[in-house]
Formats: sequence, C-alpha cells, structure tokens
Amino acid sequence: MKNIAKKLVALIITLFIVSFLAFLAFQIIPGDPTTKMLGTEATPEAVSELRSELGLDLPFFVRYWHWLTAFVQGDFGMSYSYHMPVRAMLADKLPVTALLILLAFGFTVILSLPLGILAGRVRNRWADTMITAVDQVVMSVPAFFVGILACFIFGLTFHLFVPGNFISYTDSWAGCLGYLVFPALSIAIPRIAMTVKMLRGAIGAELRQDYVRTSQSRGASRGYALRRHVLRNALIPTIAFLAVSAAEIMTGTIVIEQVFTIPGIGRLLLASIGNRDFPVVQAIVVLMAAWIVLVHFLADLLSSWVDPRIRTH
Amino acid sequence: MKRILAVFLAVAMLACSLSACGGATTKPSTSSDETSSSDGAATTKKEISVGIAQDLDDSLDPFQSSDAGTREVMFNVFEGLVKPDATGNFVEAVASSVEVSEDGRSYAFTLRDGVVFHNGKPCTMDDVLYSFDTCAATSVYKHVVEALSAVQERTVEGNTLTFHLGEPNSDFMSVIASVFILPKDYAEQATAPVGTGPFRFVSRSVQQNFVLERNDDYYGAIPALERVTFQIYEDSNALFTALNSGALDLVSHLTADQINNLSNGYQVLEGTMNLVQGIYLNEAFAPFANEKVRQALCYAVDKDAMMELTADGHGAKLGSSMYPSFSKYFEPELAEAYPHDVERAKALLTEAGYPDGLSFTIKVPSNYQPHVDTAVVLAEQLAAAGINAKIEQIDWNTWLTDVYANRSFEATVVGFDASILSPTALLSRWVSDSSKNLINYNNPEYDQTYAAAQNAGDDAERTELYRRCLRILSDTAANVYLQDLADFVAIHPALEGYQFYPMYVMDLSTLH
Repeated sequence: MKNIAKKLVALIITLFIVSFLAFLAFQIIPGDPTTKMLGTEATPEAVSELRSELGLDLPFFVRYWHWLTAFVQGDFGMSYSYHMPVRAMLADKLPVTALLILLAFGFTVILSLPLGILAGRVRNRWADTMITAVDQVVMSVPAFFVGILACFIFGLTFHLFVPGNFISYTDSWAGCLGYLVFPALSIAIPRIAMTVKMLRGAIGAELRQDYVRTSQSRGASRGYALRRHVLRNALIPTIAFLAVSAAEIMTGTIVIEQVFTIPGIGRLLLASIGNRDFPVVQAIVVLMAAWIVLVHFLADLLSSWVDPRIRTH
Repeated sequence: MKRILAVFLAVAMLACSLSACGGATTKPSTSSDETSSSDGAATTKKEISVGIAQDLDDSLDPFQSSDAGTREVMFNVFEGLVKPDATGNFVEAVASSVEVSEDGRSYAFTLRDGVVFHNGKPCTMDDVLYSFDTCAATSVYKHVVEALSAVQERTVEGNTLTFHLGEPNSDFMSVIASVFILPKDYAEQATAPVGTGPFRFVSRSVQQNFVLERNDDYYGAIPALERVTFQIYEDSNALFTALNSGALDLVSHLTADQINNLSNGYQVLEGTMNLVQGIYLNEAFAPFANEKVRQALCYAVDKDAMMELTADGHGAKLGSSMYPSFSKYFEPELAEAYPHDVERAKALLTEAGYPDGLSFTIKVPSNYQPHVDTAVVLAEQLAAAGINAKIEQIDWNTWLTDVYANRSFEATVVGFDASILSPTALLSRWVSDSSKNLINYNNPEYDQTYAAAQNAGDDAERTELYRRCLRILSDTAANVYLQDLADFVAIHPALEGYQFYPMYVMDLSTLH
C-alpha cells in the first residue's frame, strides 16, 4: 500500500516536470503565435493588444503559474488558432485515438500470444533459425513503413480502403473501425514481433528449468508440462511487457495518424506545434505523458499482483 | 448486374455532358442563369466534396482571419458592399448601387433592399455602420485600418451611406470590398460566422472538414450546389489519393506532377496561383546591397529550365512584382529582361568585387513544396556561375518570425500574393519605410514614383506610374523574379462553371 502511494507521488511529480519542460520548449523555439493569428499585415497596436490579451507579455514563470493553476482546475484554455475551448477539441479527437490504441493493443495481444507460444514450442533447429530471422526483420521495420506499405497494397492495389478518406465515428462507428484496422495493424505488427520474441525467450528459458525435466521424468508429456507449468511462468514477464506496449502504441499513433491522415490527437499535436498553439500542445503533451506514466504504473501493479516475489522487494 | 450498372452510368454521364453542353451554347454565362442550372437536376451534382490541402485553423471572424486558405473558402460566406468578380472588377453586393464623385473624394453606396443575414435577421444600415466600425477597430490588415481612418466624414441619408475622403484614394473600392457586412451584436463570428453571401456556414470539425450550405434567401442568383463539404487533407499525397479514387469532386492548387498522375477522367483546368515567386534578396546582407550582384543572380538563373524541371513548363514567367492576371499593369517583356547568361553573371560578379563567386543561404518555408523544389533547382543553376547557395528549410512560423518580421536572412524563396485587388498590394511593400519591406529595398526613385502614382489624378497617369515602378524594380534587380506558379484544378466531369479569379478565392456559386 505504501508502495503504491509512493509511486503515485512520483507519477504526479513526473507530470509536473513534463508540463514544465513542454512549456519551456515553447519558450525556446522561434516563432510567435500572434504572427499565425494576425498574419503579416497587422498593425503593431493590434499585435501588442493581442499579446497582452493572451498574457504573452507576462514573465515566463507567471505565465506557467497561470497555466498550471487553470489546468489543475480543469480549464485547458482556448485554442489560439481555432478560438475554441481546448477541452471541446480534445473531446472530439480523443475517441479516434483511443479507438486506434485499443485496436492496435487488441491485435498485439490476440496475435502475439498464440504466435509466441507456437514459436516457443518449436524444437527443429532449421525452423528455429527461420523464426528468429523473420521475427528480427519484422521487429525492426518501423510502423510508419508498414503503414505506407499497407496504404499501397491494401488501399491503392486492392482497394480495400481509400487512404486519406477517414470516416468519422460520428458518421458511422463501423466505417470508422473499418478504416482504423490497417493503421492499427501497422502499429501492432512490429509490436507483435517484439512480444513474440520476448514470449519465445521466456518459454525457452522456462523449458530448460529443472522442474520441466522433473515433470517429464514423472511421465508427463512435453505439451502437458508446457500448459501446466511453463506458460504460467512465462506469462508473468509478458504481461508486464504488454502493458508497456500500450504506452509505446500511443506514441506510435502520432506517426501513423500522419500516414493514414487520421484526425486524432497526434495530428492535432503536430499541427498545433506548427501553429504555436500553446494551450493545445500543453494539454496534449500532459495527456500523453499521463497515459505513459499511468500505464507503467499499472504494469508495476500487475506484475506484483501476478508474481508475489516482486512485492517483497 | 455490374454490366447493367456500367451501361446505366455511361448513359447518365452522356446525358449529363450533353445537357451541360446545351447549357453552354444556348446561354452565355450571365448571372441570371438560375433557371438553366436547375434543368439538369436529375443528373447534376447537388452536394459536392472539395479537397483542401490545409486546415482552416484560423479565426472565422473575417476581420480576424489572416490565412489565404481561410479567405479563399469564406469568400462564399461574406460579402462587402461591393465584391470582386472573376474579371477583377468590383460589382454591387450588399449595396445595390455605387456612385463615385468625379474628383474621387466621395463614395455613395445605396443599401440593397431585402438582404438577409444567414441567421435570418434583415441587414440594416445599423449593421453596415457596425461592420465598418468593427473593421476599423479590429482588422488584421493595416492598409484597411489606415484607409478607413483616413475617411473624413461619413454621412447616412435614408438608405444611402456616403464616405468623404480628404484626398482621392485609388484603392478605396478594394478597401470597401474587404469590409464584410456582419450582423450587429453577434458575438460568435470567430467560430460560427454569419454573413450575407451565397453560402452559409454549417459546421467545422478540426482537421477533418468544413461544411457550407446554400443560402436559399440569397438576394442574387441562388447557387446550384446545395451543400459543399471541404475535406481537409494536410498531406498532399493523401489528398491526391482521395481525389484519384473519386472521393472528391473538386480539388484546386494541384501541381503538374499530380495532374500527370491523375487517372480518373476528371476535367483539368489550368490557371495561375496569382503570386509572385522569386528569390528575395535581403539588401542588409552586404553583397546584395550591390545592384550588380543582384543582376548577376538574375542572369545566372534559367527560369525556363527551372519551370521545365519543377512543373513541366507550366506557369507564367515574371520579371517584376506583378502577375499576369493584373493585365492592366503586367508587362510580359520584363520577364525577358535578364536572359540566362552565365558568362555575363560571372563578369558582373567580378565587376562587383566577387571574382571568386560568393556564398549565401536561402531560407525556404518547408511546408511549401513548390518553393522548396524551386530553390533546389536554382541552387544548381547558381552553382554554374560560381555562386554557392545553401538551402535551409525552416517551418512556416519560424519563417514568419525570422525572415518576415526580424529580417534575419540572406535570401528566401517564397511567393507574395495580393490581399486586395489593387497593384498597391504588391508594390507598397518595396517603399523604403514600409514595415513589409523585408528585403530592405531602398530606392528614392521608386519611393517618389510610387508616391506620385498614389496621388495621380486620373487613371491612365496612375497606371503608367505603377508600370514605371515595376520597371524600376526590374532594372535595379530588386529581387530575382521567377514565376507565377501554375494552378491546376481537377473537377468531376459532371461539374461546370469553375472560374479563376485574379485573387486567391474559390467561387462556389457559379458551379453547377
């Protein structure tokens, strides 16, 4: 219990630091939001009026303090570009990215477990080398490249979908899910390869343990030993690994949203950086950091729950 | 089943193209072809999707929005007392008649009867006065604010609004056209705009789409299209794929490359972007203060080869700060003032004290691919004359701050467009004390000629003076003027009536 409380405090401090760094980064990069908002032909009076309206003329720490106090009260501010509340914009985009993460995570879990177990059982040396090689290749292909290939093969050649023609969930949930299948697979495929490698290694290591030999010497078949003892032990590190994958998948969506032009959080983030739209960038950065930190936190909890040994240290 | 469908489609398309043909031959396209457009109701499109390459991430309040992309779309929603037409003239809009006094000092506008805002409220003189006051107080265009504050007196008599100017201003009509008439006491303009135009705003979904609907209460010809959805693709490849698959009915600002790859049978129209692309040379950078160096650069550049490489030879060559749509001022021969001549370039450089050539950096906004492509080709051409140009790509906001506002650059490749329909939009920039004079061009002769043009009594004299301004820019090689980029539009075969404007707008009201 004390452990959890400690981790929660660390979690909040991490978010605090991340938000401060994001704020600082904006201070350092060149570019002024008022040039985007007013264009190049505004009067100097209009520019200085807008600067003071947005609070840009205040000192850095004062501005950060204003932002922080409003943010913890749930006020994310107004977007500079769209003149809309940031909360409403995020509420509109979050479901898309959440769905994409969920789908990619679902694919990773559903496909990597059976594949990993299958690969773990292989004893033939030739097949073993093949699996390692294929796995290594798939693992090292970046998600965006898988995405481009998917666009080309399934979109342009087989016409299974029109790349770029995103269907919003507000129009049709089924259409939206259908469009997200290939982006989700693109993110999932390298993750699946990594999970398979990890699971296969874990199964291999467990199979060499003494208890397997003991069980087999008692007359149990290899399959029985695998099901009964090995999988349980091998799954412990895999669960933690999958939880961490959920964080990595989120960062993967940023790139994949560009490749498939999905109007989610990642695309909004990149556009907002270009527009120097601070309030939107701050909110998204904190949100993403929160997700990563939270998922790692849950992964910790989960592993200590399935494996009592972790709790003791 | 499939074959029957195909035959049906073919017949439908044929019928459609025939009816469109008939329409074009029997009736010249006047503003009153309201009836002819509804003839082919069964086959023509009523709802279309238009692909655009940038998000409308801007305030939708017409006095607050500064993006060309936003103005292009909102042209259909907002109108001033007058508005520009495709030939570059101003026609009556919210005003039903316009009278300009002979001395050019008084402009009288009579308010049109029966103009209704998109929110159902009638447009009154109060709204008009409110719009002028709001624009003068908040517009992001300095020249508009200045022109409005130079009005000496404003009088209202019944339905007529008269402006009295201290001295004539040849741009006053274009200023009037940029004062959009908005309803008084309506606070949501930035997100839910209301105007008087042929289309009304329906919804905006960030980075996704932007929807307009026909304004059935429009006082003029009711547009044929009922609903237009602008689909936003910030990635040009995605935009092209969607277009080629038939998911979009109209896309403008396509490149020659994209048109070559288009295989869906759409009609392709060619126009120009209406901008002046060039290598803009900062005279605060010592070598470029020397006219000979600038001329050497002009000779070193081969515009034809560059256009051939970047756009298959499409586009219009330029020689000064003016593009061909402004036919009144454009002089094609200026584009030939500096023929490609490497030896001459080298000789001029030697004369100027740079016998071993020189090095500089070209900053290019990375989000404008045509400018990046142009810069890459130019760097190669300049190298042949011993000039070493290094290309540095920067993001648009950095460009605005570093290059435009702070003038901290040596050279940059961009295009300048005209925010109003007037040569001053392109020429006022080079006056030595202009805040927009990013290259620090300083030429007393130019300043005098420009001022004389501003004060000229009659139109012919003024036109001649503006032309002289353009020749001065060419003679002194103020910049390396390149081209007005080709602008291709791909349209669904069932759509007709697309018009190119001499400014950056997309008029949906004539499409049918």
